[in-house]
Amino acid sequence: MASLQNTTKPSGLNQDQHEALVGWLMAMPVIVLLLTFLIVPFFMAFGMSFTNQRLISGNPTEFVGLRNFQDLLTVQLLTLDPLVDETSGELLRDEAGNPTYPKLRDYTRDEETYPQYFRLQEWFSFQRNNSITYVLASDVVFMIALFNTFFFVVVIAPVQGGLALLLAMMLNQKLPGINVFRTIYFMPVVVSMVVVALLWRFIYDGSNGVLNTLLATLTFGGFKPVDWLANPQTAMPALMAMSVWQAVGFHMVIWLAGLQTIPTLLYEAANVEGADWWQKFRFVTWPGLRNTAVFVLIIITMQAFGLFTQVDIMTRGGPVDTTQSVVYQMVQRGYGKYDISGGSTISVVLFFIVLAISLLQRYLTREKN
Amino acid sequence: MTAKKLLIVVLVTAMLAVFGGAVSAQEELSLWYHGAGNEVERTILMGIIEDFNASQSDYVVSLEEFPQASYNESIVAAALAGELPDIIDVDGPVMPGWAWAEYMQPLALSESALGDFLPGAIGVWNDEVYSVGLWDAAVAVFARKSVLEANSIRIPTLEEPWSWEEFDAALVTLQGTGEYEYALDLGTAWTGEWYPYAFSPLLQSACGDMIDRETYLSAEGVLNGEDSVAFGDWWQSLFDRELAPGTSQDGADRDTGFIDGKYALSWNGNWAALPALEAYGEDMLFLPAPDFGCGSTIGAASWQFGVSADSENPEGANAFIEFAIQDEYLAEFSNGIGLIPATAAAAAMTENYAEGGPLAVFFALSSEQGFLRPPTPGYAVMALEFEKALADIANGADVQTALDAAVDAIDADIEANGGYGFGE
Repeated sequence: MASLQNTTKPSGLNQDQHEALVGWLMAMPVIVLLLTFLIVPFFMAFGMSFTNQRLISGNPTEFVGLRNFQDLLTVQLLTLDPLVDETSGELLRDEAGNPTYPKLRDYTRDEETYPQYFRLQEWFSFQRNNSITYVLASDVVFMIALFNTFFFVVVIAPVQGGLALLLAMMLNQKLPGINVFRTIYFMPVVVSMVVVALLWRFIYDGSNGVLNTLLATLTFGGFKPVDWLANPQTAMPALMAMSVWQAVGFHMVIWLAGLQTIPTLLYEAANVEGADWWQKFRFVTWPGLRNTAVFVLIIITMQAFGLFTQVDIMTRGGPVDTTQSVVYQMVQRGYGKYDISGGSTISVVLFFIVLAISLLQRYLTREKN
Repeated sequence: MTAKKLLIVVLVTAMLAVFGGAVSAQEELSLWYHGAGNEVERTILMGIIEDFNASQSDYVVSLEEFPQASYNESIVAAALAGELPDIIDVDGPVMPGWAWAEYMQPLALSESALGDFLPGAIGVWNDEVYSVGLWDAAVAVFARKSVLEANSIRIPTLEEPWSWEEFDAALVTLQGTGEYEYALDLGTAWTGEWYPYAFSPLLQSACGDMIDRETYLSAEGVLNGEDSVAFGDWWQSLFDRELAPGTSQDGADRDTGFIDGKYALSWNGNWAALPALEAYGEDMLFLPAPDFGCGSTIGAASWQFGVSADSENPEGANAFIEFAIQDEYLAEFSNGIGLIPATAAAAAMTENYAEGGPLAVFFALSSEQGFLRPPTPGYAVMALEFEKALADIANGADVQTALDAAVDAIDADIEANGGYGFGE
């Protein structure tokens, strides 16, 4: 019995220290997991982005400074004046009467004369007062991927959040069988994104997809079939629609939880005051959902920046880069092209972008007292 | 059985296992193979291993199988951990990368061993043989005699393949009949390695290439040169004129479209030949690749065996490989999974590739037209860039811009890797 008592009260530790020790021990498994799978890999990626680390290589790994970031992020402007006839001094015009310009290729593929433009590619261009300005980037695919990802986030965050709120408010009623509807809307969340993406590929199929067939039936055959994922105009919207459908149920449940924390007393009071539907939403519901809204917004933004599975399975970044995403490029480089340092560099850039955006969101949604 | 008896049985078994292993002086050789899930492949390979183990008393080979999709990753992970098996199985175009990274060591087979092997079945890097395959694969234009004759299209031969104009005219004619959704099925649904394997030989036939094969240091002026641009223009026109289904082709259409009569011609491999023969019988033709000006070529090199650099028993590993490349096993694999046996003698022993056999034409294609994808560690990046460029061009990207972008990426990669051992 004496020994048993000794084990329950370790010598040399007072009550507080003992509790702290137990606390750390209990937290240990999670801390170890977080360290090994999140924190250490992040610092490794950070370190590797300054080297030329490869997945498979016969060369030793070397420190290369900021070269990876330079290769990824360099942007240059190049303004070209129209070609002028040397004798008459007049602009040389093509058949349609438009001014003609020197070939961009002569500038970007000539290392000796124009080392500053060497291996840059046209990202986009614009015309002003007869001269044409090219925005050149060293890694156009990454720039497009970055732009696409931002576009995806800007559309997805409000649409998915708003739709989820609408569904939540519709389902936050005491009606018979309402749980069936909650389950139905939540169902896609349970299914793996890989499976959803494969299924939606059939829905979007250009020749005999469900969507085309449905639209053709609804318009009595008037609708001309669209190859949704192969058409540069429709590929990204198609991915967005499918992504919203898949994840909206998850955010709906969070909104629903938020809605149920609002005391019914407030609605009763509002009814007594004679508030209409909109006023109740504006002055009771929305203020009560404040914290939920911040949470939902941040979560959707984070998830949208991680856009990968849909792209990998449905479009592989095509057609003509219209669905490239930052994370897809990260994986493509690291594992497809064995360029671990290049992939790490993208992950570091993405980390700072997401960090900046969440800090901004925190600032904008702070409590203003 | 009482608990005590059970304990004794367990102990005895354990002792047998421990000492039984130690008593024999045989060296264990591990072999990793990419074909997990394929019952036929496994049976044949196990047969070879059992024969080898029984034929001598120095070595025992044990097999470990991986699904093809994760095989390469497994090798890379094992190499990083220093746990490579003795004998590895490697895809032809990947081999130079693994040899360069010192995952593999050159083979030490007897001189006569590879004498009459198809060139595509032998993997060479830095003038040394690193791997050898029991088989190769070949691609052909699948066609129907009756269809070609009805449209007065000449049936090409190995000696006189279609010219570029002839091929293009044939496509236009076939599309003009209105009987087919598309005249030509290129297999654009098969993303990944199919693009460089099936389409880069067409580019070579048009006098372009993925890399300057003199130096292997740059693609400038080759992949974006005049010849390649001309090929790119024609490639784009195939889709603009709706002669071939685009990159969104349905996978199921690719598998059965030719047999269902949706496509008049199909650019496909020997693995798809038997179902087509079953469907069309005597009417079925396997035609050589068209000649776009610089000869008619098809891709070569499939999965091959090599010895890992970490192997403690390279003699044993080489002995196994030399044992496995006997004609009878080549023939057995060919009969089992339909691939082209790597020697003429083995071909003669098979049902399909013997002279007069239904697929004999593929053996001729493989030996006459086989052309290796660039044997350099940089191929991994080239393959991805080539696929992206062709897919972008098919979807309407500017040809010169798409090819320039591919060249820049390939050249930057070669530079970042110090030339991959070339030009030193």
